[in-house]
Amino acid sequence: MAHALADDQHGIAGPLRQGPVLEVRDLSVEYVLESGIVRAVDDVSFDLAPGEFLAIVGESGCGKSTLLFGIAQLLSPPAEISGGSVAFNGRDLVQLTDRDLAAVRWKDMSVVMQSAMNALNPVTSVGAQFRDAMRAHGVTSGDEIHRRSVEVLKMVGIDPIHLKSYPHQLSGGMRQRSMIAMAMLFTPELIIMDEPTSALDVVAQRSLMAQIKDLQQEFGFAVIFVTHDMSLVRHFSDRLMVMYAGQVSEVGRTQQLFDHPRHPYTAGLMDAFPSIRGPRVPLTGIPGSPPDLARPPAGCRFAPRCPRCMPRCEADPPPEYQVGDVAVRCFLYDEAGGAR
Amino acid sequence: MTEPLLRVDRMSEHFKIGNAISRRSTLHAVDDMSFTVGEREIVAVAGESGSGKSTVARVLAKIYKPTSGEVYFEGRPLSAIRSRRERLRYSGLVPMVFQDPFSSFNPAFRVSHGVLRALKLHRPELTKDQLFTEAVRVFDAVGLNPGAEVLQRFPHELSGGQRQRVGFAQALAMRPRLILADEPVSMLDVSIRIGLLNLMAQLRDEQGVSILYITHDIASARYVADRLIVMYAGQIAEQGPVEDVLASPLHPYTQLLLSAVPDPRAELNVAAHTDRGEPPRVIDPTPGCRFRFRCPLAIDVCHTQTPQLLPLAPGHDAACHVAQAGATVPARGPTPGTPGQPARETTTPE
Amino acid sequence: MAIPVTTTGLPQPAEGITGPHRRSALRRVSKAVRTNRKATIGVVLMAIFIFVALFPGLLAHQDPNAVSLHVLVPPSAAHLLGTDNLGRDVYAQVIYGTRNVLILALAVGLLTTAVAMLIGVAAAYLGGVWDSVLNFVTDVLLVIPIFPLLIIIAAYLPNAGNSVLILVLTFTGWSYTARQLRSQAQSLRNRDFLLAARVRGERSLYIIVVEILPTMTSLLLASFLNNALYAVLAGSGLQFIGLGNSNNVSWGTTLYWAQQNNALGSGLYAWAIVPGACIALMGAAFAFINYAFDEIGNPALRPLTAAKARKAAEASTKRRLASHGARAR
Repeated sequence: MAHALADDQHGIAGPLRQGPVLEVRDLSVEYVLESGIVRAVDDVSFDLAPGEFLAIVGESGCGKSTLLFGIAQLLSPPAEISGGSVAFNGRDLVQLTDRDLAAVRWKDMSVVMQSAMNALNPVTSVGAQFRDAMRAHGVTSGDEIHRRSVEVLKMVGIDPIHLKSYPHQLSGGMRQRSMIAMAMLFTPELIIMDEPTSALDVVAQRSLMAQIKDLQQEFGFAVIFVTHDMSLVRHFSDRLMVMYAGQVSEVGRTQQLFDHPRHPYTAGLMDAFPSIRGPRVPLTGIPGSPPDLARPPAGCRFAPRCPRCMPRCEADPPPEYQVGDVAVRCFLYDEAGGAR
Repeated sequence: MTEPLLRVDRMSEHFKIGNAISRRSTLHAVDDMSFTVGEREIVAVAGESGSGKSTVARVLAKIYKPTSGEVYFEGRPLSAIRSRRERLRYSGLVPMVFQDPFSSFNPAFRVSHGVLRALKLHRPELTKDQLFTEAVRVFDAVGLNPGAEVLQRFPHELSGGQRQRVGFAQALAMRPRLILADEPVSMLDVSIRIGLLNLMAQLRDEQGVSILYITHDIASARYVADRLIVMYAGQIAEQGPVEDVLASPLHPYTQLLLSAVPDPRAELNVAAHTDRGEPPRVIDPTPGCRFRFRCPLAIDVCHTQTPQLLPLAPGHDAACHVAQAGATVPARGPTPGTPGQPARETTTPE
Repeated sequence: MAIPVTTTGLPQPAEGITGPHRRSALRRVSKAVRTNRKATIGVVLMAIFIFVALFPGLLAHQDPNAVSLHVLVPPSAAHLLGTDNLGRDVYAQVIYGTRNVLILALAVGLLTTAVAMLIGVAAAYLGGVWDSVLNFVTDVLLVIPIFPLLIIIAAYLPNAGNSVLILVLTFTGWSYTARQLRSQAQSLRNRDFLLAARVRGERSLYIIVVEILPTMTSLLLASFLNNALYAVLAGSGLQFIGLGNSNNVSWGTTLYWAQQNNALGSGLYAWAIVPGACIALMGAAFAFINYAFDEIGNPALRPLTAAKARKAAEASTKRRLASHGARAR
């Protein structure tokens, strides 16, 4: 698996340890329904180096959010981890008890949810929520709590006077920032973000992304950033992982994927963004829909929509092939079969 | 000069907010807006949330009544539409397609329900058999094949993209002249959006329908629209042929928007990083440009006088004191690429 | 430009996790009832009551109104639950009384729901002045304490037969449900499909009846069951304090006579307790069915007993081992 350290990731803090912060191996998540079992995440493996920014990109039904929840051990029935491991600094989170997990949560790994309005408690002030989080992890001194709260708010560019504000009094952008501030209370090694910008407007999105990147470079934490909009992460992520129908279709350095997308889905996805610069050209997008995961197709899951589909693609599921630093799940890159 | 299909004349829409106990303030959702839509034309109204763009669509759909100003359709004012027959006729000529493919259908009925009702209401001359045939025809026309089979499905059996196509089919069934599309692709997957955008262009070209395309995504506006209206805080900041506005944006807000749009193919533009502002909710506003708090070019007059929307180039208007003064506006926008086509005139069909 | 038909048939929904195939509604409901314990109990109880109400003669061979000289007799072979102060067989009273109570429950359930529906949904949909007016009326009735109001009304109508009771209970009962339905309808009001119907040119009445009501069926069913329960308890309560027609054969009136004759104090426990137990059981039947429909409709409410949790954990471990074994790396 390609997992080279990003060249510009040695921030002030520097890598905290040798070896990857996160090692995900063959992770599978299933939904156990009355009608059958649906595999939302199928055998996903990847490494995350300290301080690395990994973006996970995909459309609805690809399993990216489920994967995120699986990594953070936040799945609830009927979803469950049906196989694989999630090793955080060497310890498999899947095997840990709730008590051991609680020690890891927020101190070493925190989560920023998609909609701050849903994640923040609407009836308590922002400062009170920070206090709750810190108390839950053993910080008892009121002074320390206040000092740290002010510090994290300043980090994200919010006036500390807003510790007294309620979530509904803040704008959308400020709410998201306070979520990020909360996630940073204990400067964890890894922050997982599930589409934190999707509720924001274009200008606020750009501003928030820049903020996240600045914080990351200053404090050296690793980031897993889930989004459906790959153009958003183009300039911010070190590596990019494209998911389709529960599987990883392509993963590698962001620059390489954008310059030379190998998987037909990645290429199609990139072409689906109309440009505001350059000539106006007709585009086709990717007609069709992702497959029904309750009855996944026998061969490649993208085959029905793939413009370069071969007979082999409909019969067998392709494994991942290594092409330089990029891993692609596509028969086009099978040297033995004579790929282009 | 012939009367345009739709003419909005200084239309404002204000809402009273606050309850009976607190002082009643007025939210200015839309203020003093004037624009036109011609035949066979797609006009995009772009802006962030709170800009008033959705309110515009709702006023045109007669969901709200304008607080002041007037809307003329086919030369006749909307306020003159009183009788049920006239209202029905208008709603057939100016239907609306909604944003949310998940809630715009009644989950209890098959997707044929909406189309058949639309046909029954607006084309009473059709017999029962003809109703069904026509429903199949519009479904096929929007790319839902085979129409007869898709008609029998329930909404939850269709994908988001398919449901939006049904929305267009319903609109098409009424033989419209102008479709109000309120963010029709915002909730769809990126790879599906292009299909819907192509459909809209096809409806304009083959069916001769005009479309008012409300969106927050400037890139999609550029892809499909002939003219672009940029809204900020309830007012028009800039409008004109889409290529002109994007190639030489005159209003600083347009420039900010363009620099913030992520483009996978282009280099990073630093300008938008530093903007921390958010669009205001315009409550009991004072005179002056509403963008002045975020504008890097604001001068004294911007704080005291609300700028008027004035033409600064052929067909290209902007509401900005600085731009109007002819001051050098540094092009913060992207370096214009080679235009593939000349700017479209509003009345020349493709 | 058509969407190409995919090789797997028509394009599948984007949501990867699909629901079960559309079976007939009846089969789905019967399966749901069989698997949910509350539903089974509720339905079985209700079925028993309905049977008893329809064919009382099969179960009780005495005339409940037949007075005799054997007054205040404790349970015996001839009179399973004893006799009352006029020598009437208590068991027959209970059996024949079922019909009265059931009719009361169903009639009030239906009527209250209908009135609440009309007023609540109209208020929500029409909004503005109509909403204010209808709300005011609803609120007034909501605030007035129900039982005292019931008593006052019933006191003006002495010996109120069933029909009067039904009217009185409906009059006092619709307001609560109207509030509920109004809230639900309001939350639906700006759902896009209602707006779409409006923009398409539909009339308000059409929208209320055809578009809104079908999506509210589960709440309407719950309201019906709730109000039926209310009728059983309140109606029997009114009869118990003597405001019903004491010549009617009903559980409430039986209890009235029992109380008047100090049945508990005299050791005539069957007479005092059994009718009350029946009231409770019928109420429970309605309540169980209500809970059951909630759980059937919303799987998140289903109780996770310890046994179920263990079984689920075992099953998932088994699956995990199987999939690891299958993947021979």
